Amino acid sequence: MTTAFPPVTGIPARLPLDNVDTDQLIPARFMSTPRAEGYGRFLLHDMKADTPAANLPEGAQVLIAGRNFGSGSSREAAVYALVDFGIRAVLAPSFGDIFAGNAVNNGLLPARVAPEALAQIEGAVMVDLQACTIRHAGGETPFDIDPVWREKLLNGWDDIDLTASRAGEIAAYRTRRRAGAPWSIPADEQE
Amino acid sequence: MTLPRTLFDKVWAAHVVTSRADGTDLLWVDRHFVHEGSHHAFRKISERGLAVAEPGLTFGVTDHYAPTRGAPANDEIAGMIRRLSANTGTHGVRHFAMGDPRQGIVHVIGPEQGLTLPGLLIVCGDSHTSTHGAFGAIAFGIGATEVAHVLATQTIWQKRPRSMRITFTGRLSPGVTPKDMALAWIARLGADGARGHAIEYAGDAVRALSMEGRLTLCNMSIEGGGRFGMVAPDETTFAYAEGRAYAPKGADWDRAVAYWAALRTDDSATFDREEVIDAAAIAPTVTWGTSPEQALPINAAIPAATTDQIADALAYMGLTAGQPLDGLPVDQVFIGSCTNARIEDLRAAAAILRGRKARVPGLVSPGSEAVRRQAEAEGLAQVFTEAGLDWVASGCSMCVGMNGDIVAPGKRCASTTNRNFKGRQGPGARTHLMSPAMVAAAAVTGTLTDVRKLMEGRA
Ligand code: SF4
Repeated sequence: MTTAFPPVTGIPARLPLDNVDTDQLIPARFMSTPRAEGYGRFLLHDMKADTPAANLPEGAQVLIAGRNFGSGSSREAAVYALVDFGIRAVLAPSFGDIFAGNAVNNGLLPARVAPEALAQIEGAVMVDLQACTIRHAGGETPFDIDPVWREKLLNGWDDIDLTASRAGEIAAYRTRRRAGAPWSIPADEQE
Repeated sequence: MTLPRTLFDKVWAAHVVTSRADGTDLLWVDRHFVHEGSHHAFRKISERGLAVAEPGLTFGVTDHYAPTRGAPANDEIAGMIRRLSANTGTHGVRHFAMGDPRQGIVHVIGPEQGLTLPGLLIVCGDSHTSTHGAFGAIAFGIGATEVAHVLATQTIWQKRPRSMRITFTGRLSPGVTPKDMALAWIARLGADGARGHAIEYAGDAVRALSMEGRLTLCNMSIEGGGRFGMVAPDETTFAYAEGRAYAPKGADWDRAVAYWAALRTDDSATFDREEVIDAAAIAPTVTWGTSPEQALPINAAIPAATTDQIADALAYMGLTAGQPLDGLPVDQVFIGSCTNARIEDLRAAAAILRGRKARVPGLVSPGSEAVRRQAEAEGLAQVFTEAGLDWVASGCSMCVGMNGDIVAPGKRCASTTNRNFKGRQGPGARTHLMSPAMVAAAAVTGTLTDVRKLMEGRA
């Protein structure tokens, strides 16, 4: 069976701090850069100066992080920085809600792992989204992900494509909304 | 008989276009705001050859990179501003650009222009979109891929969040503001306290708030991990919205108010989580660390470094355990942002600054051009300049530093903004979050201080 999200393997990078927000993942001043130029070099840019762990090893595909990873700003550029650096899965006790959604939209797995279980992960890992487990030298650790997001990652679904098939329902809703709640239309837009 | 429902349930249900078997709903978007950061999303739809589905429901605003003193600071910043004009122009989207009298921070101008109304579903590629929930709207921040989806379809796929109610009982004490309510609950529940939940703010202390105050409270929802914050609409809401440029008029207005009046949580509805906070017990609150959860009453002391997390924050902030917060010297102040730069915020700061001099330099950036004009008409701008602070144009400014207004490395800033993250106000900047009145007090004394000491004989 083919999947858009094959298992990810390797030695995980570790950034064992809580509340690493998206301003840390990519400082605001880099966000005017076109994506085509690559965002990997901006990852954790300023944090590297005072936090040795923020210098992630080149080639890492898995990142083990602390609670509330990716909190704060909705900037999807934080996900671009991780993805362009080569990270494909982040294992953390919890994630910022907007960050986690952005991650899934860019093929990056936000896997929730209980803090005690996270501490027991040793050596190289294999993160298997099909089975929702992390295999490593210390054994096998399960992780959590919203089942809808799991499907989306495994199938590589794109929302705009999915929605295209709903055009009829959207048009019907639009008509209903305009007739039933005319007040919801900006005052200068009334048809 | 219908089951009892929450405010959130009612507004959500009214926006469901269709549902998938996996429990995800496709929701209609009534208002979509885009700022300069939307360039990724516009490129995504251009690459697919797609148009903006509903230009009439999409509103552009220049704020994140907006210069506050004349021309943009450099070519890159000017380019970001031009790119938004080009994208909105190409797609026939209205744009409150530089020089437009309606320009300002997106979360300030939405309410001001009557674009933000009860019962709407509002999105923007900005996490503080939760602000608009103050009207009883479902409003939430989204990422660039979602922005592209909304541009192309005027809809968004969402799974319903869990529900949470934060009830503030009693009354706020003098000198205590909605900003303190926000910092107090985040300090108690954590920066991820509301993760996965839509928050409804309720209770007497919330009912007593003006729209400005409710906007501040809802604005900070995301700092406690909540994507959504809401307050049920009431007479305060209707009085604010009536007559605003894009608000409904005539029969549409009457019909709207009749519908909005029913937008409240049914008495017997239950929440997945309930928190109750005594408003009277909240003191003026400041942050000392690098997460909004690291907040304490002004009369407290810097905590001991019991965890790596705290040690890391203290090192970055240049603080020592046991140091009292009151009396901690600051280098500068900033009054601005979508959290606290509305007219009431400026009035509260000016009430402390009137007839006094600031001991440290500072910047005051009104939340919108409309707020700027009103503050100038009311003489507030003069209070700020006479105190020695800089009165500048509207924009995100020093909240995020994208326009070049930054705090220098190692400098300590008392700020009315919402994020004390490392480097948020500039690389190496040290931010302390607090209310506008508390920032004004910091300006007057040159230190973090309890504003109540400067309130004697003042409003
Ligand atoms: S003022 Fe600050 S928090 Fe608000 S929208 Fe602008 S950058 Fe974001």
